[in-house]
Amino acid sequence: MKTTTQSKWIILLFLAPSLLGFIVFSLIPIVSALYLSFTSWDVIGGAPEFIGLKNYASILFSAEFYRVILNTLKYISLYIPGIIVSSLFVAIMFDRDIKGIGLFRVLLFIPVLTSWVAGSIIWRSVLSGQYGLMNNLLAIVNIDGPSWLTDKSWAMIAIVMVSIWKDLGFFSLILFGGLRGIDRSIYEAARIDGASSLKVITRITLPLLTPTLFFVLITTLVNSFQLFPQIMVMTGGGPDGATQVMVERIYTYGFRYFQMGYASALAIILLIIIVTITLIQLVLQKKWVYYE
Amino acid sequence: MNKHKLKLADKSILLILFLITLISLGPFLWMISTSFKSSGALMSIPIEWIPNEISFKSYEKIIIELPFLRSLFNSILISVFSTLLTIISASMAAFIFAKFEFKHKNVLFILFLASMMVPLQVTGIPIFIILMKLKLINSYVGVIVPTVFNVFAIFLLRQYMRNISNEFIEAALIDGASYFQIYYRIIIPMSIVPITTLIVINFMNYWNDYFWPLIILTDPKKMTLPIMLSKLNSQYATEYNTLMAGSLISMIPILIVYMFAQKYFIRGIQEGGVK
Repeated sequence: MKTTTQSKWIILLFLAPSLLGFIVFSLIPIVSALYLSFTSWDVIGGAPEFIGLKNYASILFSAEFYRVILNTLKYISLYIPGIIVSSLFVAIMFDRDIKGIGLFRVLLFIPVLTSWVAGSIIWRSVLSGQYGLMNNLLAIVNIDGPSWLTDKSWAMIAIVMVSIWKDLGFFSLILFGGLRGIDRSIYEAARIDGASSLKVITRITLPLLTPTLFFVLITTLVNSFQLFPQIMVMTGGGPDGATQVMVERIYTYGFRYFQMGYASALAIILLIIIVTITLIQLVLQKKWVYYE
Repeated sequence: MNKHKLKLADKSILLILFLITLISLGPFLWMISTSFKSSGALMSIPIEWIPNEISFKSYEKIIIELPFLRSLFNSILISVFSTLLTIISASMAAFIFAKFEFKHKNVLFILFLASMMVPLQVTGIPIFIILMKLKLINSYVGVIVPTVFNVFAIFLLRQYMRNISNEFIEAALIDGASYFQIYYRIIIPMSIVPITTLIVINFMNYWNDYFWPLIILTDPKKMTLPIMLSKLNSQYATEYNTLMAGSLISMIPILIVYMFAQKYFIRGIQEGGVK
């Protein structure tokens, strides 16, 4: 539509809530977070004190930061292959037109609807060492289960398991959507040519699914740097720092210790990681993804 | 392939899916079972799926002793008003981006989209300080007001509204309708499908939200269900029956919404709006 003098006011009026929200809750905070990251500030006592790159230096020279990164990499190396394989497996089954299959699509979505807090509390009980469901089930087959959430070497594995449980229904539906987008006649042609089921999956389904798979990969990667509620509820970052992650550290330094400068520097590092992943995505998308 | 063989394949797929669903929902069955246990039965080995003695103690505790109903009310209030605010603000902006031309429109839109990359965990500290200066910490408004800016909702609605024919708008203008009337008499009713999708998925996101209400709400009387639950989780760490009763109650409203609005959840996923 053409802009008249009257409609200029309309434009401003209608954009006002979002524009104000953008300025107050996005633009100003990003700039402020960057500024705060160069300061030392405890909120209560006076103005932020400018200390240059000190926060970044103490983060990069702390053992804690590398532990956090290692914890996150451990999570990523287990969670991403786990969720992609399991949700692809479920999605391929979802894609069959079998009567009654819709019910499973509906039921498998229930963990997605559940809040992370409720889900984590339930799993804390399931995974509790002696009286938990998991170890009692393992005992039936004579396995002596670990005390999952309080054992340094098992805690992150437990977090991964619970995260896959929570996200399976979500990513299965995403990949199922991708499978539905593939033209059925290609399968027919392959079958007439005598291709085996496995060949159909590896040579036709997976290549045609790369746009969706790529989306899933990037989403899970970005999400992996933002773990929070499951950590807070199930382990609190413990035992002995084994499940400390970026957002949990930002929260702890910012809102428990009120070291706003240090927490802001952590937040900026998180932002750099996320923006990097997103930019790499934009570049690689063209190379990896097969479009028809 | 003959018919019998196909049926066998189908049956095994259904069986595998049944097992996966059982594992997936097992923790919820455990939750229901545990919530009806007395404190003693929590530590029985072998485990009891159906408690020997059904106890309603944990529900009594949750509802009568603890401010849980208050949290339920808080959750409803905050989720409803956050959703309303998001939809109103986003649909107004989307209308402008879809149907008007103005200077730097594309720059502004790209800035909006770019801000989607920045998670709340990065901007959280400055927003907290801004709200503190406005004396909005520990208030409902402090939780609700940041939801006024929702880029995803703007983006989705703009895509949809762009396809609404300009002829409707021009005809209305000739009939003497104001832009405001066009917005709520033509644009909103014609965009009801994406709006419903956004209502459902935003309601769920706000209902389950943890990070922001955790930072803003410190008074137990104002806490939402997830925040109250996580507080109980640290307070009554081993009283699993109480914790399970609380978790169960917190899930019911969203399950009811899901029962009636399933297709909108699925649409929301396909559009990419569910976190």
